[in-house]
Amino acid sequence: MSDDISSKVKKIVADHLGIDEAKVQEDSSFIDDLGADSLDTVELVMAFEEEFGSEISDSQAEKILTVGDAIKFIEGKAN
Amino acid sequence: MSLMKGKKGLIMGVANERSIAWGISQKLAEAGAELAFTYLGDALKKRVIPLAEKLNSKATFSCDVENKEEVIKLFEDIKSQWEQIDFVVHAVAFSDKSELSGEYLNTTRENFLRSMLISCFSFTEVAKEASKIMKEGGSMLTLTYESTKAIPNYNVMGVCKSALEASVKYLARDLGAKGMRVNAISAGPIKTLAASAIGDAKFLYKWNEDHSFLKRNVDIHDVGNSALYLLSDLANGVTGEIHYVDAGYNKVGMPDPKNIT
Repeated sequence: MSDDISSKVKKIVADHLGIDEAKVQEDSSFIDDLGADSLDTVELVMAFEEEFGSEISDSQAEKILTVGDAIKFIEGKAN
Repeated sequence: MSLMKGKKGLIMGVANERSIAWGISQKLAEAGAELAFTYLGDALKKRVIPLAEKLNSKATFSCDVENKEEVIKLFEDIKSQWEQIDFVVHAVAFSDKSELSGEYLNTTRENFLRSMLISCFSFTEVAKEASKIMKEGGSMLTLTYESTKAIPNYNVMGVCKSALEASVKYLARDLGAKGMRVNAISAGPIKTLAASAIGDAKFLYKWNEDHSFLKRNVDIHDVGNSALYLLSDLANGVTGEIHYVDAGYNKVGMPDPKNIT
C-alpha cells in the first residue's frame, strides 16, 4: 500500500512539474529542489486530494514542503 | 457547433485548467470563437500560454488590471490585431488571503481598497476600454459569487462581489445605448486556485452539494455552457442580469432537515 502511495505521489509531482520521475526523491523540496512556484504547491495539494480522495486542510497543506511530507500525510490518512 | 463562428473575444483570468475562465474558453472555442487571453506575471504566463495554444490561440497579453495604463494598452494592442471584438470575459479578483478567513470586521483599509480595485473596479475600466473596440451587439461577462447573503470567511470578497454586481447593472445601462450587453454569472463554489484562498472552502463545497436543489456542485463546464449562452446571440435580449449557475442553491430557503451535515 505505502509503495503504491509513494509511487503515485511521485508520478503526480513529476507530471505536474514536467520533470523526470527519477528526480523526484522523498527528501526533495518542492520549491527548493524541484523548481515549483507558489501556485504549483497549491495545485499539487489539489491534485493529491483528487487522486487520493482525501482532504488536506490549509494548515496541513502549509506543512507539506517535501515529497516525503506529502507521502507521509496521505499514508496517515489512508491508515 | 458554430454558435460563435466569426466572433472574437478576450478572456481575462485563466490561471490553470481548473479555472472557471478556462471552462468558459473551452466552450467558446468549441463553438467556433477565436480567443485572446491575458495573464499576470511569469507564474501565470507559463500556465496560460500552453492553454491558449490548446485552443489554437497565440494571442496572449500581459495585463495587470491594477495599472490603468496596462488596461488601456491591452485594448489598443487587441485593436491593432483584430480591429474589433465581440465579447470580453472578466474573471479577475484579488484579496490578501489572510483576510479571507475570520471576521470581516478586521478587514484592513489597504486590502479593502486593493480588493475593490482589482475585483470590482477593474471590470468597469475593462468595460470602458473594451466598449471602444466592441461591435454593436457585443457582450461582456463577469463572474461573481453569492453576494446577497453573508458567507463564512468570504468577507471582503463578498462586499466586492456585491459592488461588482451593482456595476453590472450600471454598465448594462450605459452600454445598452450602444447595443452592448453586460451580465454576470454567479457560480456555485468550484475548486479552483482562487477558491483555495478562501478559509475552509471545503465546507462550502460540501454544503452546496448537500443542500442545493440538484444535490451536487457545479463545475467549470456547467459555467462554460451558461457563459456561452450569455456571450452568444442566443442571449440577445439579456442584459444587466446576475445569472445563477449554482445547482439552485440560491433559492434554497431552508436545508432539507434529513440532510443536515
